[in-house]
Amino acid sequence: MKLSRRSLLQLSAASIAAGAFTLPAFAQAIDELVIASNVNLPAWDPTVGPSAVNPTLQGLYQSVFDQYILQQPDLQPAPGLLTEWGWNDDKTQVWMTVREGVTWHDGSPFTAEDVAWSLARVANPETGSPIQFVWGTLANHRVDGNKVIADVVQFDPTIFKWMYFLTGYVLPKAYYEKVGAEGFEAAPIGTGPYMVEKFERNAFVRLKANENYWGGAPEFKTVTIKFVTDAAARVAEVESGNAHVTLEVPYEEYDRLKTSLTGVAAPISDIGMIFLNDIDVMLDPNVRKAAVHAIDKQAIIDRLLGGYGVKIDTLETAQYDAYDASISVPYDEAKAIELLAASGYSPENPVKFKIQTTKGFKPKDYEMIQAIVGLWRKVGIEAEIEIYEIAKHYELRGADQLAPAAFYNWGNSVGDPTTSTGFAMFGPSPHSVWDGEDLINMIGPLWGEKDEAKRIDGWKAVDRYIAENALVIPLLQYVQPILSAPGVVVTPHASGALLPHLMKRA
Amino acid sequence: MQLFRAFLLRLFTTAITLSGVAVIVFFVIRVVPGNPIAMMLPPGATEADVARLTARYGFDKSIPEQFLIWLQGVVQGDFGTSITSNQPVLGLVLGRLPATLELSIMALVIAVFIGGFIALTGTRNRGTSVEAAIDVGNGMALSVPDFLWGLVLILLFGVLWPVFHISGRVTPSLDLPFTTNFYLFESVLRLRFDLWADIVSHMFMPALALAIPLAAIIGQLLKQSLKETMHLDYVTLARTKGYGENHVILREALPNAILPTLTLVGVQFTFLIGGTVIIERLFSYEGLGNMAIDAVINRDLPLIQGIVILFAAIFTAVNLIVDLSYAFLNPRLRHG
Repeated sequence: MKLSRRSLLQLSAASIAAGAFTLPAFAQAIDELVIASNVNLPAWDPTVGPSAVNPTLQGLYQSVFDQYILQQPDLQPAPGLLTEWGWNDDKTQVWMTVREGVTWHDGSPFTAEDVAWSLARVANPETGSPIQFVWGTLANHRVDGNKVIADVVQFDPTIFKWMYFLTGYVLPKAYYEKVGAEGFEAAPIGTGPYMVEKFERNAFVRLKANENYWGGAPEFKTVTIKFVTDAAARVAEVESGNAHVTLEVPYEEYDRLKTSLTGVAAPISDIGMIFLNDIDVMLDPNVRKAAVHAIDKQAIIDRLLGGYGVKIDTLETAQYDAYDASISVPYDEAKAIELLAASGYSPENPVKFKIQTTKGFKPKDYEMIQAIVGLWRKVGIEAEIEIYEIAKHYELRGADQLAPAAFYNWGNSVGDPTTSTGFAMFGPSPHSVWDGEDLINMIGPLWGEKDEAKRIDGWKAVDRYIAENALVIPLLQYVQPILSAPGVVVTPHASGALLPHLMKRA
Repeated sequence: MQLFRAFLLRLFTTAITLSGVAVIVFFVIRVVPGNPIAMMLPPGATEADVARLTARYGFDKSIPEQFLIWLQGVVQGDFGTSITSNQPVLGLVLGRLPATLELSIMALVIAVFIGGFIALTGTRNRGTSVEAAIDVGNGMALSVPDFLWGLVLILLFGVLWPVFHISGRVTPSLDLPFTTNFYLFESVLRLRFDLWADIVSHMFMPALALAIPLAAIIGQLLKQSLKETMHLDYVTLARTKGYGENHVILREALPNAILPTLTLVGVQFTFLIGGTVIIERLFSYEGLGNMAIDAVINRDLPLIQGIVILFAAIFTAVNLIVDLSYAFLNPRLRHG
């Protein structure tokens, strides 16, 4: 072959191009697990700032940091950094036994001092914890050997549940005090199953396995979590083999890909619901009850969500502590018509109100509301749909200015009735828009109820009262679709957190 | 001297423009719905908790008071602290700016290359089926928005024939020896062509998606200018001198026909930077646009302000450069 100057240049250019545009093929055996996550991680401190209370980020935090108490995939608590915990007899103190033999990622020993300091830090209003109102119910944290004791300022039956919920993380006292908030943000360390090796904001985090993890070394030694917020791009990532695991893909794509990849679709603790505000026509119980009875939830789940959802009739899912299967509000179109007729409404003379909804914030949210409005129209309810952003929802809800009906999704990964029915329906809470005195009087005594069985029974009674009087419209429990490469086995967590240390090789 | 005076005048108007943008952005984002504190508060928070966090982030003061505090900081180079990441805004936006600039410049280069090729080919084959095919292709390229091109490219070159990376700016496992965030330029300067290849394979699809509509615009305008120029006397003279068609187009017609396209490229470049917002999101590219969307979703007001002002600064700077280069290239303007 004769090699001219031109052909040599062409050959060189072709070689460079070939080298440039050839992707590194994934090895058959997965050495480095790549996850396409649906969220960005803005900040590393899991105890302060808006990120700390963002439920979708908790899986990322739990890969690096441990919570006080471990939460198992079925939402039940288990010994974690705390091996035992409880109140004293008169419930004026809490005590916690701290696990021994645990080390921080920098090799320094984890001690009871770290636990006491972490709890005291978030209880201090100056720290800026959004959950200070919970942590502030404990005071005078002190260490006695491997035990931490604190005084109860105000009894909160859910305090230990918060220890595996939002902001319930243990941070390293000595390291944090040495490097400060900025230094911690730049190089965070925890006791969790993975250590942060590299972090590019808005791009990825690369994790190395913590071989000394008290719960056993993770199976995948290196994990890269790419922040791919666009659902179509996540599907492409996993379909092309660029990522091994992804989540929150459209159900249609999940159905298409679950045959060639591995699919897991399990119910999580998030629910879809419609807030009813006690204003205008919603003061009429017949209108509220008709609105509930007219919705065929199962049909909506089957037709719009491909069957990926679980119908609910209270704000408690089957995994929650106060779930009561006997509370049921059936779909009954005739009854809805009858109820509306009693108040002078009919399909010819419909009752009118506004319903607000997000569009694209949760799977098929807007489409669900469209379907509901269609069902309502058949019985004599004419609802006008207003689309709003989730930020506006929070603002309106905080100011008690939501429309008579407003779609929202509620997360409650600890499964306690306080953090579902309680906060959503207790009038004085800034997150409730139902202000009825009867409900306030029912819920009020439950906040500080020390008898756990009595407390749970009390919440079940509240749920029954809410269902019978149609004070809110529970719709469904969401199902989270997860796709993974055939070589990876994913254990879904009912909280919705995607945890790499729970992933194994097939 | 006249050029220098014009330059000073433009600098002055640029400063006024940026100040106006700062005022508008500051006030507008505070009156639109979406309170960052409401988004931060979990269920169960009391009114006292709301008040505590509102004061912590300075939202308890009146908007004019907040503006004055912010302005004092800006004068000293402090654009505030991001609510979501708890990092200084200036560092965050300047850290992401190189990624967006590199992407935009790469898109511009691709657009100019494709657009130029389209125009020259169309002019060379004017009146034939080739020109008609080019016009049809141009129409298609223009009528499809860049994010749809992005999805098409992901499907073609990310899934069906996976030759390019779908997301990110660089492969996470690579060790980067860079001292700046201009990865592409620095990889060339350091002669690290392995890294350059990796970066290009990440940038190519988003850059191409941004470039396609712009290439169509460039191609259409330049072709039109060339066709008009081809009828001028001096071009006819060149032909009668016996120059070939390629010479006539490239050497005689193109230098005059390119001036309107240059202005257009400058103006379109600013739109192209704006287009990075959606494209960066689609390709999870770690630039300013991607950060801007997160900032808006999280109602991170200080970060939104920083990003918008930086975008405005880029727009005005690009316009200034275009105006100056136009004046420099056009002798009639250069000599008054």
